[in-house]
Amino acid sequence: MKSKLIYKIYMSLIFFFLYSPLAVLIIFSFNDSKSRSVWNGFSLKWYIKLFSDKEILHAIFNTIIVATAASILATVIGTIACLGILKMKKLSKKLVMNINNIPIVNPEIVTGVGLMLLFVFSYNNFKIFRPGIFTLILAHTTFCLPYVVLSVLPKLRQINPYIYEAAQDLGCNPFRAFLKVVLPDIMPGISSGMVMAFTLSMDDFVISYFTSGTVQTLPIAIYSMTRKVVSPEINAISTILFAVVFLLLLAANFKQIKTHK
Amino acid sequence: MKIKNFSIIYIIWMFIFTIIPLALIFIFAFTDKSGNFTLENILNVGRYSNVFLLSIGLGAISTIICLILGYPLAYIISKISSSKQNIVIMLIMLPMWINFLLRTYAWMTILENNGLLNKFLSIFGIKPISFINTSGAVVLGMIYNFLPYMILPIYAAIVKIDKRIVEAAQDLGAGKRNVFLKVLAPLSLPGVISGITMVFVPAVSTFIISKMLGGGSNILIGDLIEMQFLGSTYNPNLGSAISFVLMVLIFISIGIMNQFDDSDENFDGVKLK
Repeated sequence: MKSKLIYKIYMSLIFFFLYSPLAVLIIFSFNDSKSRSVWNGFSLKWYIKLFSDKEILHAIFNTIIVATAASILATVIGTIACLGILKMKKLSKKLVMNINNIPIVNPEIVTGVGLMLLFVFSYNNFKIFRPGIFTLILAHTTFCLPYVVLSVLPKLRQINPYIYEAAQDLGCNPFRAFLKVVLPDIMPGISSGMVMAFTLSMDDFVISYFTSGTVQTLPIAIYSMTRKVVSPEINAISTILFAVVFLLLLAANFKQIKTHK
Repeated sequence: MKIKNFSIIYIIWMFIFTIIPLALIFIFAFTDKSGNFTLENILNVGRYSNVFLLSIGLGAISTIICLILGYPLAYIISKISSSKQNIVIMLIMLPMWINFLLRTYAWMTILENNGLLNKFLSIFGIKPISFINTSGAVVLGMIYNFLPYMILPIYAAIVKIDKRIVEAAQDLGAGKRNVFLKVLAPLSLPGVISGITMVFVPAVSTFIISKMLGGGSNILIGDLIEMQFLGSTYNPNLGSAISFVLMVLIFISIGIMNQFDDSDENFDGVKLK
């Protein structure tokens, strides 16, 4: 029983460490003054200011556009690729999977710098890949693709290949057999890959920083805010993001508990 | 079209956006501004050995502290009832979903010279201490940002351990110490290894945490690379050389870590399912 108490105290201390900085951010987003350490009374003015800040709103819009485009592209290309990877010979499969892991293992800054070199080099020489929202989508698709492949491939491996053949024997053409038999089975892998791609893209700062040119996404806007005059608008953004993430995780958790029952 | 060819778009994509950028880093690292072969950039990296040592040192310290803090927590979580486990894991993951810039910014406001921590200390009559712009603040920022990456894989490895093995060890007379050393530690090693990699790699290559919490005196490898590409000392050749060395360093350390990770094969015979 004594050890149970120690466990509880230890866990509380770690959670205090994890959450107190976030609590500070959230509390001071409602502060009436600009101070980050003195409480001057409750106010919502930083939220009002945030929603009238055109630059931030534009950055949020860019972030959503890039995340949507990149996650859809990565999911489609990645899922189709998995069908082929499964049929490859052992050696080429191993090679492809090793290349697939490069963006995951490599430090983000190296991926970012490499893509920046590619975009700048090809823009200067061939006038393609001008840094901007288009290169952002390309870069984000690139670092999302490996995660989609890693989440779809195991699901595809579990499928019994005879069912696909049976569907064809019973008169389905290959495409229809894929839609009716294979796709429903790998759907959980596809959707979790897509959600992962979307959140990775929304959250990315390092690679965007090197590949965006002058376009701002939300993390880049936040970064430039911490560099310049610091305004409690950042705290307001944090609070909103925290609330959104918290609700999404709660919803996902409830759904999981429901499906388990 | 054969199924085998389905992956062609993916392969072309990965070639253009993964292989070519790496090749470009390699080419830039070994050429000068006019495109001639040179070893000068790579040799110049040696001048920044203190930056490399500082990055590796701070990264290693953060990783070790994360392991010391994270392992017991992962163990404790695996002990609580399984319905509560999901909620606790969700609570560990929640801060990970908040952008790390915001998490680091939170510590800026706490550690500032007239920040909350110093305000709190002044209640007890302690004079302001400069917490921010020290290497300690950078380590704290790294631990705060990457601790969940240590806890989650270790937890996943501990949960997978068959309880009957632990019970068998106890039945055979192993004390707490021996159960940990002979059963838990080796069986959770794969989780520890991936935790260490998941903390060390981003910690060594970070450039924001050091900028925000370390001031100008704690320049890390990431800052050095960023300066060559987007900063005042524009020199993509040197920047590529540093990136190349960093990459080699990371792959060597991952290779070393994987050497310890042969436990899967060794314990195949013990794994009951």
